This record gives sequence, C-alpha cells and structure tokens, in this order.
Amino acid sequence: MIQFLVHDRADTVGVAVVDIAAGTELTGRDLSTNKPLTAKAAQDIPLGHKLALKDLAVGDTVIKYGCEIGRIVQPVKAGQLVHVHNLKTKRWA
Amino acid sequence: MKDQTISAYRRENGRVGVRNHVIILAVDDISNAATEAVANNIKGTLGLPHSYGRLQFGEDLELFFRTMIGTGSNPNVAAAVVIGIEPGWTQKIVDGIAKTGKPVAGFSIEGQGDIACIAQASRKAKEFVQWATELQRTECKFSELYISAKCGESDTTTGLASCPAVGNVIDKHCANGGMASFGETTELTGAEHIVAAKAVNETVRAQFQAMFDDYQKLVFGEKTNDLSESQPTKGNIAGGLTTIEEKALGNVEKIGKHTKFVGCLKPAEMPADKGLWFMDTSSAAAEAVTLWAASGAVVHLFPTGQGNVIGNPIEPVIKLSGNPKTAKLMADHIDLDVSPVLQGEMTLDQAGDALIEMIVRTANGRNTAAEALGHREFVMTKLYRSA
Repeated sequence: MIQFLVHDRADTVGVAVVDIAAGTELTGRDLSTNKPLTAKAAQDIPLGHKLALKDLAVGDTVIKYGCEIGRIVQPVKAGQLVHVHNLKTKRWA
Repeated sequence: MKDQTISAYRRENGRVGVRNHVIILAVDDISNAATEAVANNIKGTLGLPHSYGRLQFGEDLELFFRTMIGTGSNPNVAAAVVIGIEPGWTQKIVDGIAKTGKPVAGFSIEGQGDIACIAQASRKAKEFVQWATELQRTECKFSELYISAKCGESDTTTGLASCPAVGNVIDKHCANGGMASFGETTELTGAEHIVAAKAVNETVRAQFQAMFDDYQKLVFGEKTNDLSESQPTKGNIAGGLTTIEEKALGNVEKIGKHTKFVGCLKPAEMPADKGLWFMDTSSAAAEAVTLWAASGAVVHLFPTGQGNVIGNPIEPVIKLSGNPKTAKLMADHIDLDVSPVLQGEMTLDQAGDALIEMIVRTANGRNTAAEALGHREFVMTKLYRSA
C-alpha cells in the first residue's frame, strides 16, 4: 500500500494518501520518477495532509509540484505535519 | 482518441446540445414572482429567477446582457420565454436569443400587472413545451461538445487524481478538434506562470497576463486580511491544502499536459472557434459555471476533493473525486470515483477514458448526480454596485 505521494523530485513535502499514525515507517512514490520512497511519520498525518520530507527552518520556501507553495513560519522536523500552523502564502500575505 | 458518436440535439444554428430545456428567464429581480408562477403553471419548463437586472451600467451591464442572452442561446435550451418588468430590456434579450433561430418570446409586466403577464407567458410556454417535447435526439459527434472545467472544495487529492483526469480529457478532446474552456482567474495565483507558458502565442499570453493582473489588483484593493479561510476555503484547509499557491498548482493540472490555449474570453463570452480557451471568471463554483453555461458550454467537468455539491440549471455538471473518503461518504453527489489513482491502481489515462465514457452517457441523457438532486444554482456575476 502506498502511504504518501510526491509530485516532483524537488519537492520538500509529500501528501498522505491514507490516514497515517505517528511513528509509522512509510512507503511512498515519486510521481515524477515513479521510484519508491521511504519516510517516517513524526506525527499523525491525516489523508490529504502533508508531511515534511526534510527539516525546514523559518523562512524556508516549501516546494511542491516542483514549485513554491509558501514559506515556513515555525520550525518543522522531517516527518512532521506541514499545514496552516507552520506554512503561509508568499503571494497574498 | 476516436471521435465517438453521441445522441444529442442539433439546434437551428448547427450547435449541439445535450438537454432540451424550455426556460422561463427573468430579466430582473422584480420579475421573479411572475417567472416562477409561469414555471409552476407549465410542467416541463425551467424557471430561472435571479437577483439582478436593475440599474446596472457600463461593463457590468454588458456582462448582464451577455449572461442573459447567452443562457437563452445555450444549445441545451430548446426555447425561451423571457419576462421583465418593462419591454425595452426584455426585447433586447429576446432579440439576442432569436439570433440562434430558436423559438423565443418576451412578456413584460408594467401596464398590466403580474397576473395578466403570467397568463400570456404561460400560454406561450405551453406551446414551446409541446413543440420541444417532439424534438428528437440525432447522431452527433463527441468533438462537437463544448466542455467547461472547474474544480471546487478542492484538497490535495484534486491535484493528484481528479484534476489531472480532467486534463487528460482536455488533451484528448482538443486534439480531436473539440472546444473547451477553463478559468478561475484568482485561483491560478502561484501557477500563473504555468498557464502563461501554455498560451498559443504572445498576444494571447499578454491578454491572459493582463486579466490575471487585473484580478490581483481587485484582491489587493479589497482584502481585509491575508484572505485565510476565503482562498483557500475552510473546506480546502480541512482537506490538507494550505496556501493559494498549492491550490493553484493542483487546479492547473486540469488544463492538460499538451494543449495550448488559443484565446482569452471575457466572462460569459462565447468562444469564436475550436480549441481550449481561458475565461476570466471568479473561482466561486456557481458563479463560474453560470458564466460558462452562458458562453454556450453544454457539459461541465467538476473535480471535487471534499465534496462540493454544485449544479447548474441548464449545463449538466459531472462530478469526479480522487478522495476515497469523499467518494464513499458523499457518493450521492459523485458521478465518477477516480480515487484508485492514488494507489496506482488506475492510471490517469484510464481515469480520463472513464470520464469520457461518463461524458458520453451524460450527453446521451443520463442525469448527473447534481441534476437528480435538483441542484440548479443560477448565480449571476456582478462586477460592482448598481447605479
């Protein structure tokens, strides 16, 4: 079973495609290369929500689809949930 | 893709429709009572009341007439009865619809009151229904369908499955000589460079960029905070989408991988030729689909993540979802489940083909979930306050 998907090899976040419990060793897939990926969930990640693929610092730009989707406003560790509490738009701020 | 045969209505002007509505169209808000009375009197008609039509001016008035005339002219409409408070604007809309060659008649209220107007309009509506119900579907081509596409209550599965499935259909339809349109101007924010790169030439690219920049000015001119919970919506956020950029990048998966867009349309403007067209629209579902229906689109493709339930009175809205929870919990509203794409159990090409099959069935007469559930959202876009 695939637990997370990544749109592009440059992406710094993946998308949970099932509900993921904290501590789970994950199997994923990179859609741009069709290669398998692994990660470990540091928090619960609900279906459709994003997990960090690496540590992210305040001010870092998050990449998804190979493009910018916003900037980090709270530090994030690999495997943690990335959402409105730690990621903000760069366009309409 | 082989051009498939569909069973549809070829109208007087040669265009192909998939429904056979006789509409009772209100010119203005104060004619809604008479409009609804006629629609209630004559079974098989479809009343279209709305909130505007008085004291509009300038570009907003032009959009109003384009929407009214376009709605009556849509090939899914067999005939139209138009009801307004006064004869001037009523006749202007009648004359606009009459250019298609379809039966249309106008009635006005001033000088006689609602009851006399309702009686006259009801007799004409009855005549139109009896005429329209004898019209036969004939053999038409899939490539003759004008298809619009817009998503709603998106989540991250929209960008993974349902939007790229629509993109696959857009690529196949346009390669076959079909006509299609996308829009949602503000909801391209963060992905506008991807859209701009798909313009067929520099003129079209510049037109798109000007429409995009103009809408950004509106957002920045009117915004009261960072637009959080408005764009993305609360539903988008619940589904895992965080920023407008992320939402936009999923949205543009809908316009396909290979197709260039051939031109830009004002809201409710009819495309002049085949191919993919950008329309400058709001991203609110009911407003946007009403504009596409007024531009002549006969089938709408609507990817949803969290389960937007929108429909349109004259343009069937086909809903597809890539979210397995939504496909199950809101199955009542979903016409096509493409969630197996997430596990690699269905390719995007297969999802596109399944959607084409659903378009064929819808064109042939199958009611969409939104039609069966009575979703008839007819929502005019208004550019600014009336005079």
